[in-house]
Amino acid sequence: MDPITVIQSRTVVMPSSNIDTDQIIPARFLTTTTREGLGVALFADWRYDSTGQPRPDFVLNLPEAQGCQVLVAGHNIGCGSSREHAPWALLDHGFRAVISTEIADIFRSNSLKNGLLPVIVDEVTHAWLVANPGAEIEIDLPAGVLRLPDGREVPFPIEAFARYCLMHGVDELGYLLGRADDIAAYEGRVA
Amino acid sequence: MTAKTLFDKVWERHVVVPETAETPAVLYIDLHLVHEVTSPQAFSVLRSRGLPVRRPDRTLVTMDHSTPTDSAQLFGGVPIAIESAARQIRALEQNCAEFGLELIGLRDARRGIVHVIGPELGATQPGKTIVCGDSHTSTHGAFGALAFGIGTTEVGYVLATQCLLQRKPRALAIEVTNQLAPGVSAKDLVLSIIGQIGVHGGTGHVIEYRGPAIEALSMDGRMTICNMSIEAGARAGMVAPDQTTFDYLRGRPRAPQGEAWERAVTGWRELHTDDGAVFDKVVHVDAASVEPMVTYGTNPGMVAPVSGRVPERRGDAVFERSLQYMGLAHGERLADKPVQVVFVGSCTNARLSDLEIAARVLAGRKVAPGVRMLVVPGSQQIKLEAESRGLAKAFIDAGAEWRESGCSMCLGMNGDLVGKDQYCVSTSNRNFEGRQGIGARTLLASPATAAASAVRGRVTDPREFLN
Repeated sequence: MDPITVIQSRTVVMPSSNIDTDQIIPARFLTTTTREGLGVALFADWRYDSTGQPRPDFVLNLPEAQGCQVLVAGHNIGCGSSREHAPWALLDHGFRAVISTEIADIFRSNSLKNGLLPVIVDEVTHAWLVANPGAEIEIDLPAGVLRLPDGREVPFPIEAFARYCLMHGVDELGYLLGRADDIAAYEGRVA
Repeated sequence: MTAKTLFDKVWERHVVVPETAETPAVLYIDLHLVHEVTSPQAFSVLRSRGLPVRRPDRTLVTMDHSTPTDSAQLFGGVPIAIESAARQIRALEQNCAEFGLELIGLRDARRGIVHVIGPELGATQPGKTIVCGDSHTSTHGAFGALAFGIGTTEVGYVLATQCLLQRKPRALAIEVTNQLAPGVSAKDLVLSIIGQIGVHGGTGHVIEYRGPAIEALSMDGRMTICNMSIEAGARAGMVAPDQTTFDYLRGRPRAPQGEAWERAVTGWRELHTDDGAVFDKVVHVDAASVEPMVTYGTNPGMVAPVSGRVPERRGDAVFERSLQYMGLAHGERLADKPVQVVFVGSCTNARLSDLEIAARVLAGRKVAPGVRMLVVPGSQQIKLEAESRGLAKAFIDAGAEWRESGCSMCLGMNGDLVGKDQYCVSTSNRNFEGRQGIGARTLLASPATAAASAVRGRVTDPREFLN
């Protein structure tokens, strides 16, 4: 996992609310045993027509969307299935952050564990971002703020330990393994 | 002593290391359910770090999601049609062999949908923490367990340490007063609740379902309710264990036996919300006003009574897009909408009582011409039981397909698919775009509504068949 400090990028906007993980990656792409290469399946049913050709009017297929690292989504992105393939596909496509007013619990947790930064903002900031696709923004993880092009800083919540892991590019497994004595003591207590 | 909620009690008993401002709690997991789709990458992490599975005895492994439901592929020597699915199944077999895990495998008589067999085997018990790489793990909360879905990275953490790092969620009480009317089921109730609080009404919360209508439900009904907690955004749903719970579990192979059973029940009786305990949020629902429900849109919160109409919300772009996908109009009547497919199955509604009510509606009747009906039992044990009780015969005589157990048509990854632009009345849990196949149009409903709709070939209120 690459460490995250500051992400500077133009945004791609998908204003639909309740974008579920079945849209982010449909179930038929889940019969894989690896986590690599899922970017081609990202939003597959919205992105390609029935012959597999890119739909020219779909936002991710627009020339200006290429290389963008930040996805601004409508309210409540990531609801539904717990498939971690959703953040894997977003990351493989090149996204490093997702912004919404609300991000579903399991998707948010999965994103944090893979270096995809979930950024929850207020309605006013969100409305501005939705109205200004392609805006050049900066997400400063150490400071916990989103910077808009006019210089305005919008703080976003992020759990302290998750932030530490993201900034250092480490996962939680090392920490959990380090608590092996506590775990063994617990098992002894309740057995 | 402070009054506690059921959730508080189960949570506190599993804290290995308390949470602080800097670190979440280390939470112990009593039961880890594992299936073929969300586990291979987790086993790869263990392999690359040279880690064993800490507690094989607390790990229950089976296959259901990409597993075919076609008898010929499972038992007839016909190769599994989807090659990548066959590879995934083989990968799970190899991972279980390598890491020393018991596998309830492809041809095992105990196999089934992971959320059906956990309770069926008695592995799901009150007060346990239960996780699985599947969002419908919330099902197990029906027993007063704290059960929630996790991603594959966390599957790896639990395999390696039997623990997760968690911040404590908030508590939401859903108080269901009065009783459901005859012909109205737990599925109708939970669809109605999601319609009321919305698909993100439970985000960040654990729901406790309470009140007389919940207490009156069978374990099957309670599982249906808790199963769909995730469709309201809540990771977990819980029901306090009571005599109904104990009667269900007694004598099941993995439930405590003999004296241990008596001790366990004594402990389980303490698992209820104390008088005066405070929830972060409370929602009231009147069970008596719930009717048979059906969804009309592309998320489970877009739901109305079968007797109702699609709401008028012109100018709402997301709503318009959803109706366009569904091929429905503002204000359109839902009853009598022609359907092409009916699916009775999934971790929401494929238990014996679900099949019983569907069979009752179908008995002596035929599936309407041009309608494909698929009935997929939640487990191989349920399949046998349904066959011995004559339910399977009722389905087959009516013209429905009777399958081997699995997730089947709930999600399009095992060969059971709904075609483009086809309407499917489905007892599953998600009506998302493409969930049952590319362009498929899902109408979520109860088993009774599904069966009645199969007979008529149109969306039908089941009460006319049940009285």
